[in-house]
Amino acid sequence: MKYGIVTFPGSNCDYDAYAAVKHILKEDVDFLWHKSEDLMGADIVILPGGFSYGDYLRAGSISKFSPIMEQVIKFARSGGMVIGICNGFQILTECGLLPGALMRNSHLRFSCKYVYLKVENNHTNFTNACQPSEVLKIPIAHGEGNYYHFDSEIKKLEDNGQVVFRYCNEQGNITPDANPNGSINNIAGIINLEGNVLGMMPHPERAVENILGSVDGLKVFESLRRTMLPSTLSR
Amino acid sequence: MDNEKKVVVYVRLKDGVLDPQGVTIHKALQQMGYSDFISVRTGKFFELEIKSDASDIERQVDEVCSKLLANPVIEKYSVEKID
Repeated sequence: MKYGIVTFPGSNCDYDAYAAVKHILKEDVDFLWHKSEDLMGADIVILPGGFSYGDYLRAGSISKFSPIMEQVIKFARSGGMVIGICNGFQILTECGLLPGALMRNSHLRFSCKYVYLKVENNHTNFTNACQPSEVLKIPIAHGEGNYYHFDSEIKKLEDNGQVVFRYCNEQGNITPDANPNGSINNIAGIINLEGNVLGMMPHPERAVENILGSVDGLKVFESLRRTMLPSTLSR
Repeated sequence: MDNEKKVVVYVRLKDGVLDPQGVTIHKALQQMGYSDFISVRTGKFFELEIKSDASDIERQVDEVCSKLLANPVIEKYSVEKID
């Protein structure tokens, strides 16, 4: 099983993701340069956090036209596993692989802290190692994480179980106080209808060692390992 | 001189989409004592200079707006021609 981590100009969590995959998960991994058109045989693609293209125009709006993104979009459309974290989530909404948009935080401040996430759906490729309604402690670091979509589309996401993570308090209650950015329905992470593309604002790759304050981010990667293991073994 | 064409594109948040920057600016106005302003909405504008011999400008500008300059989920745009 191999991970590919895309580096855009302005990505700054690519090495965090690389370190988590390479040194903690001990999985095979390669960086994928934004100008490249080769996914290097990756089974899972990570679009990391950061400020690709300086967040010019809108966060993620320029990155979607990178040569590598054309390949990532093809890969995703054919069922390949893609995770967009933070800026990666913004890119996924901008390029249309995920619905909705990420707007400025309602309080306008950059927010960098640990938050609690409730696992709303543990029957996904990215959460199957979690208990139902498990509460994960994972950090956020963003200024534009305010998830928005039309009411009718939010209803579809909710009805289809596409809302995977929601901001909650330590006890797992979904409260306005636990919402760090104004996201509709406290939404922190969603998947596409097909279930192979995940976007989330919190950073699981920053919660993979006790010295970092939490190891709950490992649950996402462990879930992917469970998802991918049979298929990679059968090759 | 020459006769290149210019268009100005205005991008703004759709009605009903919260504009936290506008709200903050409005609060500042109130603090400054300007109590007559009911609300503020922010937006962006883009000046596009276009080759004079370009064809199908309207379609091109429309494409550029919907593909890049505006995010149709949250924003709307309008185009003003300056010849």
